[in-house]
Amino acid sequence: MLIRIDPRSAEPIFEQIVFAVKAALARGTATPGDKLPSVRELARDLAINPNTVVRAYEQLERDGVVVRRQGSGCFLTDRGSELGLVQRRRQLQELLRRAATDAFHLGFTAAEVRTALEQSLEQLQFDKNDQGKDRP
Amino acid sequence: MSTVLSFEGVHRHFGPHQVLRGLNLTVQQGQIYAFLGRNGAGKTTALRILMGFLAPHRGRATVLGVDSQALRPADRARIGYVGEGHLLDPTMRVKDVIAFERGTRATFRLDLAARAVQRCGLRLGQFVATLSRGQRAQLSLVLAVAAAPEVLVFDDPAMGLDVVMRREFLDAMIDLLADSGCAVLFSSHILTDVERIADRVGILHQGALLVDATMDDLRRRLRRCVVLGGPEPALGGAAQVLRRRVRQGATELLWLDPDARELARFAQEGRLQDLGTPTLEELFLDLTGIEPPGLLSESVREVARAQEVVQ
Repeated sequence: MLIRIDPRSAEPIFEQIVFAVKAALARGTATPGDKLPSVRELARDLAINPNTVVRAYEQLERDGVVVRRQGSGCFLTDRGSELGLVQRRRQLQELLRRAATDAFHLGFTAAEVRTALEQSLEQLQFDKNDQGKDRP
Repeated sequence: MSTVLSFEGVHRHFGPHQVLRGLNLTVQQGQIYAFLGRNGAGKTTALRILMGFLAPHRGRATVLGVDSQALRPADRARIGYVGEGHLLDPTMRVKDVIAFERGTRATFRLDLAARAVQRCGLRLGQFVATLSRGQRAQLSLVLAVAAAPEVLVFDDPAMGLDVVMRREFLDAMIDLLADSGCAVLFSSHILTDVERIADRVGILHQGALLVDATMDDLRRRLRRCVVLGGPEPALGGAAQVLRRRVRQGATELLWLDPDARELARFAQEGRLQDLGTPTLEELFLDLTGIEPPGLLSESVREVARAQEVVQ
């Protein structure tokens, strides 16, 4: 897994790290059980404040994407395994509702949004990496 | 979070020349604060007041809760300071400089210093006079951090360093921060480094802070765009224009808190082109450039005040 950031993006750096890790899992370039780089390693590699890395890892932990094992570092977990099915469904609906609203304001039709979502799923190769067991 | 460094309404003049006019700034525990401003803006004066080398004419500065004019040696031992130009005695060897520094601070750790010196590729027997500017900067950093300080104050630490040396200096700083989580206040002109490493940014202009905001806020809340044709679109909500300038016949706007969907709609209608978030360099030029900031500085100050209330 390669975590990269764009310091000039409108997105805060810690959020970019969170997204990079989640995207790597979704794309299959990282797998559950993989160890994340240490805070110092990643901070040096990206030339950023170590506190920013700590913040990103804490967020990932809250989101149930990584677990921290005392003394040995942060590890990727099975996708969504920490949350119940009902809660995951609710979060998914909320995410899609927000995206659909923004898409409407950008002037897209429902069909165009559907196509765009299909394309995004293809790009991420969701199905190829699907383990099936967590599927709602 | 506790306050580690503070300036409270600091004024200072040199003869008729008013340098600081009510500087307010605080640095919290674990925060990396970048202190920016043009040459002669008063950054060095402010940092010298903070270290107690210079007295303010009004207001006060504190370090670790102690008034900067009343710092005792025991307080100073908790502060790492690297001044402009890295002044070191050229007739001393690296090991003598380290020994000297060790004598001045009880918490100085020889093992830390020796390891750091080695990592920088410096030799203990080398004379300071033979060190390059970059090596001198690194030695200064080693001296400042080997006493395991609780707060670091740097006056333009990367000045005069080439890209590789700057990166090494940054790496050394990151290493230190990963270990200790100590607070840092540093002045700099290298805005690309600041964009990466700083939590919070202050821009000193005409003796006071023009901007005092987190990097995340600057990223999220500012947007630049160009008006393509027709009248200038008016955005609703909390949006305000911080800067309006005409370049090559087109009006360029710097927005604070625009509604992204509204912007997207105007862009779709072909009325404006969204240039995205300004870089720190663009913002710096916009705010402190040759054209007088005028109204702009007022609105930015209001934003800074509003933020203080929110926090």
